[in-house]
Amino acid sequence: MSEIIETPDQAKQDPTYFQALKELLFQLADDDLLIAFRGSEWLGLAPHIEEDVAYSSITQNTMGHAVMYYNLLEALGVGKADILAHDRKPSERRNGSYLEKRNGEGTYLEEPYYDWALAVVRNYFYETFKKIKLEAIANSSYQPLAHVARKVLMEHPYHLAHWRIWMRQLQGATEEAKKRIQDRVEEAWNEFADVLELGALEADMRKHQLIMISAEELKAKWLEEVNNVLRETPQSPLQQKYGNGRNGEHTGDLEQALDTLAEVYNSDKTAAW
Amino acid sequence: MEEITNLEAIYAVLRTVDDPELPSVSVYDLGMVHEVAIDGNQVEIKMVPTFAGCPALDFIGVNVQKAVETLEWVTSCQVKFTMEHQWSTDTITEKGKQELKKHGIAPPPENYQPGDEWTVNCPYCDSDYTSMENVFGPTACRSILYCRACRNPFEAMKPVVKPLHTNY
Repeated sequence: MSEIIETPDQAKQDPTYFQALKELLFQLADDDLLIAFRGSEWLGLAPHIEEDVAYSSITQNTMGHAVMYYNLLEALGVGKADILAHDRKPSERRNGSYLEKRNGEGTYLEEPYYDWALAVVRNYFYETFKKIKLEAIANSSYQPLAHVARKVLMEHPYHLAHWRIWMRQLQGATEEAKKRIQDRVEEAWNEFADVLELGALEADMRKHQLIMISAEELKAKWLEEVNNVLRETPQSPLQQKYGNGRNGEHTGDLEQALDTLAEVYNSDKTAAW
Repeated sequence: MEEITNLEAIYAVLRTVDDPELPSVSVYDLGMVHEVAIDGNQVEIKMVPTFAGCPALDFIGVNVQKAVETLEWVTSCQVKFTMEHQWSTDTITEKGKQELKKHGIAPPPENYQPGDEWTVNCPYCDSDYTSMENVFGPTACRSILYCRACRNPFEAMKPVVKPLHTNY
């Protein structure tokens, strides 16, 4: 049984503990940041106004979750939360590569031909994963992180339920809806695998009981969950077409996301807000 | 003895600091005040945020600080948001629930368990002939409903409680 670590100072005493903790926090923060950024690009474009209210509410809250993890990193002396969010190179980012993917063709300002099927599949897959990962962190040896995980888990059921309903509804709707969802499911199957990874420091995260689940168990649980909702689960193994985001491998879509996200910040890095 | 009176004075002030979006509903009645610590003329207040994504938190922190610092004997007040304890809708006081209704917001259901059917009475006419229009509303903590009896749209606080079957 690993001991309980209550403060940032205690966490920094063992370098392997500190490294593994930082790595895990960057995964959690960067995942929520990117999915929330892609969500924010849907503002005003969702299929109907009630969905616009719902999706933007989920997105705002998810961004709030990212902020809590960046704040935990700040408390550990890694850097200011704002800078960690805005000013790290793509190679330093730890989000799963599928989460940075563009919403579709076009850009927010010009011809945003975004695909709602991608939004539904991606968010449903992500929220299902997020629940399993956070449940394995709610008893983390790092108390401040365990507290944040418990907080997020109280808000998260509304997010997951929302996307699960969309999946069920569209899979039971017209032939076109079924096909478009299924196409995005097949696509995700080739791209989602690294989201379920814990990265290069998994062994240390487990040894120090920062997280109570292995990547293998995480993947098995995720497959079991989504299998209950998918009409047709692809039989092929999950792939990570774009590399392993947990190890800093990313696509041009991440650069595009960060350039847009940090445009105002980059225009005057010393401005006070 | 003086300690107790000072503590009471602070709580009295906290009952007057309203949520920026809900004038007349105090942060105290919303269950956001976790702990008040007094050290001579210094005050430290630990608060729990409602929803993590709530953009009003910074305003609330500053408003609480300013209000407490109006007390003559207080030289400085520090407000900290803590995650040690998780806010839940069960911590909203009776007065808080009454005040929410005046804003057309139905208070959260009592003794709610996740997964339970969730019925909401209209805050205007108290009818239970209501329908959920959108689980998500203008802020993270609210939903949008409609009363079929008095034909008014209204809002409700989403129940937020600890999930079942947890080992923490």
